[in-house]
Amino acid sequence: MNPVRAVWKSVWPPLVAVLFFLLAWEMAVDLFQVEKWILPSPSDIGQEAATGASGLWDDTKATLRLTLEGFAVGSVFGLLVAVLLHRIPFIKSALYPLLILSQNVPTIALGPLLMIWFGFGILPKLILITLVCFFPVAVATMDGLARTDHVMRNYMEMAGASKGQIFRKLEFPYAIPSLLSGLKISATYSVMGAIISEWLGAEKGIGYYMKMQKSTFRTDRVFVAILIIVAISLAMFVAVAAVERLLSRYSPPRKSGR
Amino acid sequence: MPAEEHERIHGSGADAGISGQQSARPLVLEVAGLTKTYREGQSPVQVLDGINLSVAEGEFVSIVGPSGSGKSTLFHLIGGLAEPDAGRVLLRGRNITGQRGHIAYVPQQPALFPWRTIQDNVALGMEIAGTPRREAREQTREWLLKAGLGGYEQAYPHMLSGGMQQRAAFLRGLLSPQELMALDEPFSALDALTRSDMQHWLLELWEKHRRSVLFITHSIEEALLLSDRIILLSGRPARVLHELTVPFARPRRPEMAEEPEFLRLRRELTELMRGEQRKMQEGGAAR
Repeated sequence: MNPVRAVWKSVWPPLVAVLFFLLAWEMAVDLFQVEKWILPSPSDIGQEAATGASGLWDDTKATLRLTLEGFAVGSVFGLLVAVLLHRIPFIKSALYPLLILSQNVPTIALGPLLMIWFGFGILPKLILITLVCFFPVAVATMDGLARTDHVMRNYMEMAGASKGQIFRKLEFPYAIPSLLSGLKISATYSVMGAIISEWLGAEKGIGYYMKMQKSTFRTDRVFVAILIIVAISLAMFVAVAAVERLLSRYSPPRKSGR
Repeated sequence: MPAEEHERIHGSGADAGISGQQSARPLVLEVAGLTKTYREGQSPVQVLDGINLSVAEGEFVSIVGPSGSGKSTLFHLIGGLAEPDAGRVLLRGRNITGQRGHIAYVPQQPALFPWRTIQDNVALGMEIAGTPRREAREQTREWLLKAGLGGYEQAYPHMLSGGMQQRAAFLRGLLSPQELMALDEPFSALDALTRSDMQHWLLELWEKHRRSVLFITHSIEEALLLSDRIILLSGRPARVLHELTVPFARPRRPEMAEEPEFLRLRRELTELMRGEQRKMQEGGAAR
């Protein structure tokens, strides 16, 4: 089978499902005479997207920028946490439970507090996104660091490698696949974080746009905003997956149990 | 050929099998009275009981013993991964007990790093010892060629067969700056044909360069083919049961495995090993 056909074979079933769903939606809205401000039909949304989307470019850019900045800061922070906790076992046993606990604090409740403490600038937004997306990176990386192949570690120790050498030459490279799966989750989380922080306090961005349109019952525009959010999330995910593919050229798919 | 070596090889031929005489060359490694007990749940299990052995400069010494006799524990103690309960490890007369980084180690599995090319894997031993990566890489080139890995410098380990991976792992040890090489059953995971290829490959390479080698194996034939001296360990707790200076001249050829003297020694050692294995199984059943 050639590659194009292989891709097509995996793409067409969900595509057909989506088409059927949209069709059912369109017909239901038509049939039951649903008001446009409650639920617009897919064609209404499509029309709004076609005419109004160009005016959204600035907002999209703002959200994308905030997402990328937050993702970068959050990932680096997550990586630092993982390395710190891995290298110093005492800190791990002291902080790891708190780390897990921190994930139970709802973002939506934390947002207003951050605004009170840090104002309406970029800082509280970055903090919010960081809190949302450092965790998957930290946990996945720590896991990867802890699972280092013991035969390889044995070799490094026999050869007299220092702790730093073992980390740089073995543990860290070994944990990169885990780091990347953490990054994939964080990438989509960071979009969520950006939208929430814009929703809570901003003058531009898709989150802000969505809030404004909701208050005037322009439901079709809210749906357009959702489409843009989905597109940004997808783009983030695909970008990380592409990096992953690039880095995995050196090894075959990982065998389980080794 | 130096006089003492001549003496050692030919002089011991008559009473081969009994003599455990030392060569007059300076000793690289001395292991004295090494004892180790592990805890296995509640009950302590003694693994090593007063092991004495030595490796002289340029000597190839094999350690043979029944499986589970603590050969790998012995290596861990020599390599400093664990501390012995009693006894010392001396390198050129210096006490290195419990210290790491003094031996060039070739593990049972190749343990090549999948994200490094073959060249960079081979350079790793030198890198750990502090050679800059570029310089280490330079030095691997010629050796990869000699070892039959020419053309695979930029390949990743998973692209190579098991035998070739093990060659790379061996080169990584060989190019490490430590004087003594320690090989822990490096061919045990290979199929019979590859294994015999690898033995001949190692024999040829070693006879050209004569590093001091301590070699763990459970194959008596392999030990007879490769080594200058064989140390036979007893079952658990391991003691030195027997020491044998291999009476065959170098360079050795694979065909010597069919000579009557070779067969006789192999039979003799196999008998000894079998007895030990039996004792261990009985001991295990009694427990």
